[in-house]
Amino acid sequence: MSQDIPKSDIPKPDKPFPTHPHAPLITEKEEPVTENAWRKLKAFTDARVGLGRAGVSVPTKHLLAFQLAHAQAIDAVHTQLDTDALSKALMEQDWAKNWTKNCAPLLLHSRATDRATYLQRPDYGRRLDDESAHQLDEHRDSTSQHYDLAIVVIDGLSSLAVEQNTLPFLQALSDHINGWNLAPICFVKQGRVAIGDDVCERLNAKCVLVLIGERPGLSSPDSLGLYLTWGGKVGYTDAYRNCISNVRPAGLVYQEAARKAFYLLNEARSLKLSGVKLKDRSDDDVIVDTSKESKNFLIS
Amino acid sequence: MMHNPHSAFQFRHVVGERTFGFVDLADLMAKATPARSGDRLAGVAAESAEERAIAQMTLADVPLKRFLEEALVPYEEDEITRLILDDHDKNAFSLISHLTVGGFRDWLLSDLATSEVLTTLRPGVTPEMAAAVSKIMRNQDLILVAKKCHVKTAFRNTIGLPGHLSTRLQPNHPTDDLTGIAASMLDGLLYACGDAVIGINPATDNVQQATRLIKMMDEVIQHYEIPTQSCVLTHVTNTIECIEQGAPVDLVFQSIGGTQATNDSFGFNLATLAEAQAAALSLNRGTVGNNVMYFETGQGSALSANANHGLDQQTCEARAYAVARKFNPLLVNTVVGFIGPEYLYDGKEITRAGLEDHFCGKLLGLPMGCDVCYTNHAEADQNDMDNLLTLLGVAGCTFVMGIPGSDDIMLNYQTTSFHDALYARRVLGLKPAPEFDAWLAKMEIFKNNEQFTLNHKLPDAFHKSLNRMIGGRS
Repeated sequence: MSQDIPKSDIPKPDKPFPTHPHAPLITEKEEPVTENAWRKLKAFTDARVGLGRAGVSVPTKHLLAFQLAHAQAIDAVHTQLDTDALSKALMEQDWAKNWTKNCAPLLLHSRATDRATYLQRPDYGRRLDDESAHQLDEHRDSTSQHYDLAIVVIDGLSSLAVEQNTLPFLQALSDHINGWNLAPICFVKQGRVAIGDDVCERLNAKCVLVLIGERPGLSSPDSLGLYLTWGGKVGYTDAYRNCISNVRPAGLVYQEAARKAFYLLNEARSLKLSGVKLKDRSDDDVIVDTSKESKNFLIS
Repeated sequence: MMHNPHSAFQFRHVVGERTFGFVDLADLMAKATPARSGDRLAGVAAESAEERAIAQMTLADVPLKRFLEEALVPYEEDEITRLILDDHDKNAFSLISHLTVGGFRDWLLSDLATSEVLTTLRPGVTPEMAAAVSKIMRNQDLILVAKKCHVKTAFRNTIGLPGHLSTRLQPNHPTDDLTGIAASMLDGLLYACGDAVIGINPATDNVQQATRLIKMMDEVIQHYEIPTQSCVLTHVTNTIECIEQGAPVDLVFQSIGGTQATNDSFGFNLATLAEAQAAALSLNRGTVGNNVMYFETGQGSALSANANHGLDQQTCEARAYAVARKFNPLLVNTVVGFIGPEYLYDGKEITRAGLEDHFCGKLLGLPMGCDVCYTNHAEADQNDMDNLLTLLGVAGCTFVMGIPGSDDIMLNYQTTSFHDALYARRVLGLKPAPEFDAWLAKMEIFKNNEQFTLNHKLPDAFHKSLNRMIGGRS
């Protein structure tokens, strides 16, 4: 049952209502959403500045955009990494065939059985489950290889980051790394950074490079982290690792990330160490253009 | 007793045929703690809901005096235990010295515990007593008692007056880009935010960068004559160096924990904080007060540093407040949801922890604020933050964070926005610090301070800056 309202009684949106002759002059156009004069500052930062307001609240379009970004970040955390598909895709790459000596990747799992356990028990995520450990031990015993480098790809907190960035990064890295004896590439589910040390130790590799999905931010659900450890062993802390963060098309691009990773790998190999004693001087030759240094526009 | 099979237990509770045993006071405290992932990770949590309830009943019967006789972390090993016991005020304690933990809850809720009495009591309460009683309090109890605790501090404005809520403007940027930082600062100021502090977490953490950011904020505060203070959240030893080099430091920051070993892992001790406080006081930059320290805490930091001594994370957290109150801070901030789901799993655990921390801090006399926040791998969302913000606003929380659109693009987590703070002001009638409120009126940022109505027009004082940046277009 709807009531009929005479059309003449509905206020027209383009006119202030009511317009009593003695009503104060309305100087501001009253709209539900007030836009901010400074919203163009958005061009200078990723921060959500100048959103405007409905009363004092976030306008609908920005509320929904935020929720979409949060939903993508949650999905990045909770979507399972499809290691079979990723492994297959890697094997199909031309550049990968020689580089990996056509050796199929090893698919491994941590002691965290599911995501909820993974999130609450970081200690489980740092160790391989029995089956994976056994698989690596068998591999080591069946070959008499002395690997220079183990590359360990881990879902971490963003399967999206791993799916999106692993192949292009490895391709960029393969341009640099020649003549290193590579262990079969390992894919690990429900893993934390330190599980790379477990792999490194079991494969008897000299060095391990971990690729892992980083904790997703709202504006970066797809950020890949790289961690390098010389002679990784179970129980090593972050002090033994070197980190390269934010590898993704909108962050540190693949060629740059590969250049830095190769620099650190070479340094680690020649110094036989990694971590706090190994400094990233890969940018020492870069001349900084100070004329482009940003300014505080609020004063001056 | 020698041959009693339960003699390994200092505490026993018989229910029908069953006897529940608790090894010592630390074990009893841990098992009485409302459930959370960090205590499960540490292996100290109750193993069943029934064991937790029994632990709470047993804890309620423990006399408060026992906390003075039995240190949870050995006196000889830990300078925070020494601080707690050596600074304990027996006269103040005499108000409650006859009570058990359970009786303390009744007393706190009763009309005997007025705001004045609670102020007198402060130096007589130890962090362990506060933690113990909080474990047997419901959320509404934590809110009701915290609201009675008034803690006032001051630097360039007055923080913590009843009926007021302050905000930290947090203009973080992933590369410390000054234009980006200035954009977030402008946004915050024009949304009436920033009276607690304008505080930046630097992306590059060294003395040179901290100095650059301290100077930048000082220039803005001076230029617009804002009655507020700035802080770069860098290591305390960096700030000491900044002061030595002549940087205009308002507040000294440090993350603190509740055991000496935690703070060792953070790279400082009580003597470092004393040195920093003295250095900041020597600059004499406060205009209406001399509270120069800004501390951050958060449940889980002790376990994360392998320094929890078998204690539950909430008890460790309360002990950090003993460190804080030694140095008369302007602000203490429990960063409740930042540490991740291995310590606080979901919105329910984050909410509970936020209310506990606020209550314990206030009872011990701290200007307690809360970073109402979550990470994307926690089971929490904006609705959980709305709930906690509202609860803390009701509880008289000293300050919350303010960031553009809730999204910290440097630290990659979500905290309260400028809009959120205005929401809390409107629904609860909470004003900013009076000096800052007057500035908001003078600058025509607020059109109506009573109703928290923002001006539709861009305030004149900001026209020039904005035109310089975006060329007069809007």
